[in-house]
Amino acid sequence: MADFSDPVILARIQFAFTVSFHIIFPATSIGLASFLAFVQWRWMQTREEVYLTLFDFWIKPFAVVFGMGVVSGLMLSYEFGTNWSVFADKAGPVIGPLMGYEVMTAFFVEAGFLGVMLFGRDKVGPRLHFFATFMVAAGTLGSAFWILSVNSWMQTPAGYGMNEAGQFIPLSWMEVIFNPSFPYRFVHMVFAAYLTTALVVAATAAYHLRRARQNRTTRKMFSLAMWIIAIVAPLQILAGDQHGLNTYEHQPAKVAALEGHFKTRKAAPEYIFGWPNMETGEIDYAVSIPYLGSWILTHDFNAEVVGLDQFPREDWPNVNILFWSFRIMVGLGLLFFTLGCWGLWKRYRGQLYDSPRLAQFALMLGPTGYIAVLCGWVTTEVGRQPYTIYGLLRTSDSVSPVAAPAVATSLAAIVVVYLFVFGLGTLYTLRLLAKDPPDSPAEQQRGLLDQGGRRAVRIWRLIWPGREV
Amino acid sequence: MDYALIWALILAIGVFVYVALDGFDLGVGILFPLLEDEQERDTAIGAIAPVWDGNETWLVLGGGGLLAVFPLAYSVIFPALYVPLIAMLLALVFRGVAFEFRVHAGRHKRFWDHAFFGGSLVAAFAQGISLGAWLQGIEVVGRSYSGAWWDWLTPFSVATGLALVFGYALLGAAWLNLKTEGALNARVNRLIIPLAAATIGFIVAVSLWTPFMNERYAARWFTFPTMIYALPVPLFVAATVFTLWQSLKNDNALRAFLSAELLFLLCYIGIGISVWPHIVPTAITIHDAAGPDKSLGFLLVGAVVLIPLILAYTAAAYWIFRGKVKHGGYHH
Ligand code: HDD
Ligand code: HEM
Ligand code: HEM
Repeated sequence: MADFSDPVILARIQFAFTVSFHIIFPATSIGLASFLAFVQWRWMQTREEVYLTLFDFWIKPFAVVFGMGVVSGLMLSYEFGTNWSVFADKAGPVIGPLMGYEVMTAFFVEAGFLGVMLFGRDKVGPRLHFFATFMVAAGTLGSAFWILSVNSWMQTPAGYGMNEAGQFIPLSWMEVIFNPSFPYRFVHMVFAAYLTTALVVAATAAYHLRRARQNRTTRKMFSLAMWIIAIVAPLQILAGDQHGLNTYEHQPAKVAALEGHFKTRKAAPEYIFGWPNMETGEIDYAVSIPYLGSWILTHDFNAEVVGLDQFPREDWPNVNILFWSFRIMVGLGLLFFTLGCWGLWKRYRGQLYDSPRLAQFALMLGPTGYIAVLCGWVTTEVGRQPYTIYGLLRTSDSVSPVAAPAVATSLAAIVVVYLFVFGLGTLYTLRLLAKDPPDSPAEQQRGLLDQGGRRAVRIWRLIWPGREV
Repeated sequence: MDYALIWALILAIGVFVYVALDGFDLGVGILFPLLEDEQERDTAIGAIAPVWDGNETWLVLGGGGLLAVFPLAYSVIFPALYVPLIAMLLALVFRGVAFEFRVHAGRHKRFWDHAFFGGSLVAAFAQGISLGAWLQGIEVVGRSYSGAWWDWLTPFSVATGLALVFGYALLGAAWLNLKTEGALNARVNRLIIPLAAATIGFIVAVSLWTPFMNERYAARWFTFPTMIYALPVPLFVAATVFTLWQSLKNDNALRAFLSAELLFLLCYIGIGISVWPHIVPTAITIHDAAGPDKSLGFLLVGAVVLIPLILAYTAAAYWIFRGKVKHGGYHH
């Protein structure tokens, strides 16, 4: 078990704890900022009251979540220095400038326009106000771009050299920024943020639908969110598959661990469940599908796949954690896809708002996007171990010369403060979501997406005539 | 081109902008218990709510910029200041969330008022302590910090901590004096002179103390020729204090605020004169700490274009929210 007098372990727990809290907020604010920009844009186009009502409803939780994202992120950017100073000294010349660009192109943009977005509608007029919302949304995506480039460089370093002081130095910025895993990670994370947010919006709408099914604001909210889920969930599965193939190329040990492949072999099975046993190198209680493992990684049923036996034992990541975090993420992804399909079906039947079971399902899945996001990050980060810069700098060689008592005390303080502050923050956010959204006027109900939906139904009728809508 | 020098200047400006901007909104927090009722507190928060996030972002630029261009300094200073930095960050957590939480907290509103005050106070104090602990010198062996984890705590660093608390409170009072009206305005107006007096007392104490911390500093201030640069600083300080007093008498709130900021600038320049050319006093110089030119040059391209742009839209945001805040502040 963990050794609590070891500053490395303590610093790792501290980093994992703070970054796991942090990612929950950006995942929400990236998604909500785009959602708010979208409904405001629709309002500018159609002048339908309902979009403005939606904007007013979601801006409040957005402000709360955004505030929590800012303060939890600030902690992270200082933690590199306080807890990982050797890493910071060595990797600073490469990752520092990327984070510098993140501050200048993303954080300042968000912060500069946030005030106008939140408080300025009466002061600047609708166009400039929309521009502010748009810039905040762009800022959140910019922030994801740079920080994921940093993280991806740590996973798949490229374009670097070393100097006499033992520091990594940049040779090609293009290769550093667009390192091999970055495009995949960026797409996968942005989809994850959109999906997570859409699940929260859908669950909120479902909660209100069950209380007042005729409320037109609620209906619109549900409809928009279900569209996003239906579109993004399959795309996310596709992106995840491609991401995995890329990881297999660059970090085969990670993929071997998350697939539970201890031995290199041809025609490998795909384990659905089981308990990896790192002592014996077997999967205990395995439930598996033969040949599928080879097919997923190579698209060939008989191909050989790399197992952990190709790597020295001290370079293995923790197989149990990876095996399960990966399965939970993928399992949830399949559930989200199911929800999307079910929504499309009900919409096609004209019963999107009338199915208590669909609403129940959406409500249940509401918070699970966060679980998928966290499991995804655990897969990525635990899979990188025992390195901070994959293959180059070990985690145990990255840590600050700070005594264990200092790290232990700060860890305890952080845990207490985070649980208290962000716990109450979640409570206030839930309270805001539980407030009934005001109804919107009826005559203006025809939106772009409804038209799109009807058009889709008409096309479907050509293929499968005779269905009632 | 000497990238290290240019970057030292940019970062120095960045950190000063942080102090100048977040200083007044932390100061508003420090003054919170002196406000009369809920409505006054709402108004005071309203006077900073649209801008505080932008102000705090300069702190991220300071930390991130240090990592990018002086990674060695970053990796030595931060472990040395471990405790005050973590305390500051946790304090900023309380304070940062309080802006939104107090609006939605219902019965807990009073609690978040206290959290806003406590967070602002602790953050300011911790920043002052960090300043003092840095100024008094940091022990280094090889490429890392070699001191103990409580080296930051000395009478000197406590003095700089208190100095910053009073200084920020002065900025906060001058800002509220500019942005509010009525009874609240009258109250903060009366606070400015006592706060200025306390701040100047600490400035004098710390200034007299600093040369004794280290013979290098003493040499700067008391030997020819560097004395020539150093000597005018105290004179400017005296002139600024006079302007502050004059502006208050003439009811020129904007000038009073700017004089208070000028006071900070002068102290800042004074510190710069003491520590130059070190970035980790007195162990590591700017040039020793600098990363490779390729890193500094790459980020410089962005900085030259983006920082003016950032200043421009920040100014625009301040302009949009210019004038007095209505009672009860803003809503969304
Ligand atoms: C900028 C780089 C970066 C980014 C974007 C992330 N991480 Fe990370 N992570 C690190 C840089 C890092 C690190 C500094 O390199 C750590 C500290 C110790 C270590 O081994 O890597 C780390 C460790 C670490 C661990 C501990 C692994 C272990 O000790 O076995 C977990 C669980 C996470 N992270 C989770 C996350 C989550 C949930 C993230 C989502 C935001 C995340 N990481 C983003
Ligand atoms: C170790 C990793 C990370 C560090 C050091 C970090 C750092 C920061 C900092 C300092 C802030 C506050 C900025 C401000 O004051 O406005 C912040 C906010 C933010 N971060 Fe992170 N971050 C990390 C991981 C991530 C990841 C993985 C993402 C997204 C994929 C992300 C997206 C954002 C966004 C969108 C914000 C804006 C505030 C919010 O949305 O709540 N961050 N981050
Ligand atoms: C269902 C199919 C999915 C597959 C096959 C898949 C695949 C993967 C793989 C292989 C990784 C690790 C990449 C690496 O470490 O190099 C990963 C990471 C991640 N996944 Fe998924 N994923 C799926 C669904 C989801 C869903 C539904 C979410 C969230 C809503 C999600 C969120 C994440 C996140 C946040 C990461 C970490 C960041 C990153 O590396 O991109 N994934 N995914």
